Amino acid sequence: MLTVTNLTKRFGGFTALNEVSFEVNEGEILGLIGPNGSGKTTAFNCISGALRPSSGSITFQGREIAGLTPDAVCHLGIARTFQIPRPFRKLSIVENVAVAAHYGAAERTGEAEARRRAAKILDLVGLPADPEASPMLLGAGGLKKLELARALATGPRLLLADESLGGLDPAEMAGAAEMLKRVRRELEVTIVWVEHIMATLMRIVDRVVVLDHGEKIAEGAPREVAEDPRVVEAYLGEKIVLA
Amino acid sequence: MRRALVPVLAALLALAPLVPMAGMKQYVLHVMIQILIWSFIGGAWSLMGRFGLVSLGHGAFLGLGAYATVLLWNFWAWSPWLGGAVAVVLTAILAAVVAYPCSRFQVVGHYFGLVTLAVGEVIRLLIIAERDWTGGSLGVSLKPVGSDSLWALQFADKRVFYYGALALWLAGLWVWHRVDRSMARSAMEAIGEDETAAASVGIHVTRFKIAITVLSAALTAVGGVAYAQYIAYVNPDTLAGIGVSLRIVFAVVLGGMYSLLGPAVGAALTIALSEWLRIAFGLKLIGMAETIYGFLLVVFIIFLPAGIVGSAGGLLRGGARYGPPHPPDARRAPA
Repeated sequence: MLTVTNLTKRFGGFTALNEVSFEVNEGEILGLIGPNGSGKTTAFNCISGALRPSSGSITFQGREIAGLTPDAVCHLGIARTFQIPRPFRKLSIVENVAVAAHYGAAERTGEAEARRRAAKILDLVGLPADPEASPMLLGAGGLKKLELARALATGPRLLLADESLGGLDPAEMAGAAEMLKRVRRELEVTIVWVEHIMATLMRIVDRVVVLDHGEKIAEGAPREVAEDPRVVEAYLGEKIVLA
Repeated sequence: MRRALVPVLAALLALAPLVPMAGMKQYVLHVMIQILIWSFIGGAWSLMGRFGLVSLGHGAFLGLGAYATVLLWNFWAWSPWLGGAVAVVLTAILAAVVAYPCSRFQVVGHYFGLVTLAVGEVIRLLIIAERDWTGGSLGVSLKPVGSDSLWALQFADKRVFYYGALALWLAGLWVWHRVDRSMARSAMEAIGEDETAAASVGIHVTRFKIAITVLSAALTAVGGVAYAQYIAYVNPDTLAGIGVSLRIVFAVVLGGMYSLLGPAVGAALTIALSEWLRIAFGLKLIGMAETIYGFLLVVFIIFLPAGIVGSAGGLLRGGARYGPPHPPDARRAPA
């Protein structure tokens, strides 16, 4: 569905991503992991159009998308969340999602239809559809739900979830992980999930790609990857516990 | 209470020219026409100002609209209906030319203000430099036709201009309301807050910014045409450059740029205040009127940062709310 080939991104003399290639298959949840600063978010930014890759190719459903603008990528069916939630604080929760439903859809369906879809998505992620509630009232968990709802409202085929569960309590973490599974089931969305806390992620994903210092160091099923010596080393010897 | 106030206010505005005011009528009408035209211009400015696109160069659009119309009439006898339309189109093109690079290269905030400030000055200096056409810094008068003419938009009776300005102002409120109620407002709020996040949900940032700038500039040009036709004289200092650009901004900030009637309240207060100070001081203590005017503006802006209408609205809803913004129809809970 998504093929990344030799993707490289340099910032001045610093190489954030170096010849990274991986593939995302339709219907799967792919975990994209790695220590802080390993290039996960840079990869997301390149795929979603927020950054222009220095070189390499990104194809989505057979179409080259490297270098497209973020709104164009969104219209093709790729949505993303941000690591640190970036809600539109001046809009209500419903408006946040409705504006995404209206402008993010591949085809405009009218404002009423956009609002209807927004209400559905809010229900799915478990946020109240109170038309006047402000995102300023939400805590960390609620903001992550809003972030997810806004991305899903654009009607993506592929969701790039920059989840970062840090800052959530264990119950919220488990809830967020369950949420992604439900999203895949109910909306038939393929998901790439970025995370650096691994335990939760490893239980959910079908496959894992591991980045370290901008390079891909491992790829495969969670169990194999967790035992790969390079991965263990990248995580400073931290033992990866699989439940 | 607000519902009852609207018809009373509407009736007052509609009947104002019919009220006998002894010898003062011409003067009162003159001030009211000015207030209506500047309210319309302020409303046009706030269309983009409320989304964080603070332009300090709307004088450019005002001046281009006014001068193009007057010159087309004086030199080629183009009716202001036609000349005004041409002027508005020219202004829209200028606005797009300014807005495109600004949004393409993410020139926002203070930098956007500086760019627009420069554009306003460029237009003022161009007007002064092209003196064979424009009369330079002396300005130029509209060629009179000598009788009332709808074709030339010239009337001896101020009441005609009064009703014209009133209609214009109401049309401006209608546009403001339409924008406020649309999904495009949400998109513009989103862009004003976080361009990256807005683009990530499919909002075409550049297109929206150009569109709102062009709309705001085109309406400002219409205001310039109206002002030129009424005063029948255009001058680079009153219609272009920093002075008038800031005057528009002050009035709107004072009244409140996030509310429908904010620009009108601001324009009414600033014009009434400067008229009153001008009359009170006359030729005594030259500069004192401007000093007091400036001082009062600073006081208002410090203590009522959401503008008079915005702050009053906040008070009515319980507790003053400082800082922007709270769209008029959405009651937000505090953080």
